[in-house]
Amino acid sequence: MSSITHALGDGAVVAKRNLIKIKRVPEILIWTLLSPIMFVLMFAYVFGSSIEIPGVDYREFLMAGIFTQTVIFGSTFTGVGMAEDMTKGVIDRFRSLPMTRSSVLIGRTASDILYNLISIVMMTLTGLVVGWRIHTSVPEALGGFLLLLVFAYSFSWIMAYIGLLVPSVEVINNASFMVIFPLTFIADTFVPSQNLPTVLRVFAEWNPVSALARGVRQLFGNLPEGLPVSQAWSLQHPVLYTLIWVVVILAIFIPLSTRQYKRAASR
Amino acid sequence: MGNIIEASGLTKRYGDVVALDGLDLTVPEGTVLGLLGPNGAGKTTAVRVLTTLLQPDGGTATVAGIDVIDDPEEVRKLIGLSGQYAAVDEYLTGYENLDMVGRLYRMGKRPSQVRARELLEQFDLSDAGDRPVKTYSGGMRRRLDLAAALVAKPKVLFLDEPTTGLDPGSRTTMWDVIRGLVRGGTTLLMTTQYLEEADRLADDIVVIDRGKAIARGRSDELKAQVGGERIEVVVAAEADMPVAREALAAVAVGEVLVDDHNRKVTAPVTDGPSSLMAALRRLDEERIAVLDVGLRRPTLDDVFLTLTGHAAERAAPDTADDGKTKPKTQTTQNAKELVR
Ligand SMILES: Nc1ncnc2c1ncn2[C@@H]1O[C@H](COP(=O)(O)OP(=O)(O)OP(=O)(O)O)[C@@H](O)[C@H]1O
Ligand SMILES: [Mg+2]
Repeated sequence: MSSITHALGDGAVVAKRNLIKIKRVPEILIWTLLSPIMFVLMFAYVFGSSIEIPGVDYREFLMAGIFTQTVIFGSTFTGVGMAEDMTKGVIDRFRSLPMTRSSVLIGRTASDILYNLISIVMMTLTGLVVGWRIHTSVPEALGGFLLLLVFAYSFSWIMAYIGLLVPSVEVINNASFMVIFPLTFIADTFVPSQNLPTVLRVFAEWNPVSALARGVRQLFGNLPEGLPVSQAWSLQHPVLYTLIWVVVILAIFIPLSTRQYKRAASR
Repeated sequence: MGNIIEASGLTKRYGDVVALDGLDLTVPEGTVLGLLGPNGAGKTTAVRVLTTLLQPDGGTATVAGIDVIDDPEEVRKLIGLSGQYAAVDEYLTGYENLDMVGRLYRMGKRPSQVRARELLEQFDLSDAGDRPVKTYSGGMRRRLDLAAALVAKPKVLFLDEPTTGLDPGSRTTMWDVIRGLVRGGTTLLMTTQYLEEADRLADDIVVIDRGKAIARGRSDELKAQVGGERIEVVVAAEADMPVAREALAAVAVGEVLVDDHNRKVTAPVTDGPSSLMAALRRLDEERIAVLDVGLRRPTLDDVFLTLTGHAAERAAPDTADDGKTKPKTQTTQNAKELVR
């Protein structure tokens, strides 16, 4: 028990250090603020005006997809952050201290929640401006945002692992896009997956990103009546299915990344 | 009084490079061990193994009886480390760096803050303490890194080239700090390129080369291995050489060396100052014109160069840019000739 308390306490110290960096280099934050705005506007007007789903307000359907994709992209910050940290002298300091090994990762993933929090706020505001609305109660809406954050957090741990695997910071973006692109595009993010060829459709149905987008749509009341419904269990219970993935990802990648950190650090 | 650091048979190789080749070290509690050696000798590798940053390929090491390989967590609670390259965070201020380290040693909030300010004061960083480290000079970072090593008042301290890059004033301050710590009972293992530093601070010295200890002992013991005091005389006229030789032979305790090319005569002596006076009186009586005269004691440079003859040559290429290599002094050159 005390080791968990220690890990969290040390993680908080590391997270504070990461947040101080954001304070000192606010430029990082400005891009984090701007890109979600751009995403919402671009998708809303480009896709929103050219794709039509009968009986559906596509722009409203689209928003949850943009939220989903943006927070998943946001988690690549964690990979970049870890890869960068490993090149810094301060890692040697951390390693000579009696701190918990996993706390560098705990701190990094925790402080990166801030990026996603900010980008969610920016997207929500921009979305409201372009006509998107939430049609459910406040607790349900908060549940939707929370689901996005929780999933993005677990995804951060995957990215942290990739960040520790790559030999240098430059490689990380390409490496993580290899994971992120198929996951976010072969999914219900921007278009319903019903019309995809069978193999892709099955992938999309069981892809947790589809479940996340659908869960968020449900919680925001953005699932229009006329939409074709998949019979896959994953999409019948999208919130539960997403949360199962969150637990599975954390259960696998917390130990895996911690082990990789120890290994990478003692080269 | 037991050994607080014990290492035996440490080996580490990187591909074809053997960084440690069966290194043995012991450091009695409360003493200072100076680790000397040319560039690439394995000093940093040894420090990294002992501070749990690096797994050796073979051998064993304990700090305060705790095995560094089996129980690194426990070892880290006892040690402080300032590595060869400053391990501080660029974006944090000096104060934030020290406070962070304090918190990671699990000090309380207040004690950690107080300790951070105290150390900034001690290392002359109070004025810069609230500026991001990015804006610090090399020497300031170095000092901050040393301060970070001392946050938890560790029992055992490892300093890898602690004064490299410091100006003479800061170096003296650092020596005072180190002496103070040792008086307080801290055990210290330090590496250095400055032999004078080892001479002043270290109780024991281990010279390593190619991953192995090639000599160990107190500074004066090592110097004695290279030879005792000697008188050197340079005469004006070559014709005077034989007479000068005679004059020095009268006070010498061993063989007198004659270097015709430089018109230099060297004689080992036991009682330096009075032998020197006697020699000078004789030279004066013989009316020999003397250009230079001196009493030379072997320095650790002499020891170093004698033991690791290739040192200076090997050092040159990789340290040209950071000024770590001490320029060869007149004394060292003389010593080299003496040794041949
Ligand atoms: N990570 C590494 N990968 C490959 N070789 C390494 C690595 N670290 C050290 N070495 C090699 O091991 C040898 C010992 O290096 P080490 O850093 O311990 O030397 P040192 O005595 O500290 O030298 P210096 O006085 O220049 O600091 C060198 O030949 C070095 O090239
Ligand atoms: Mg070194």
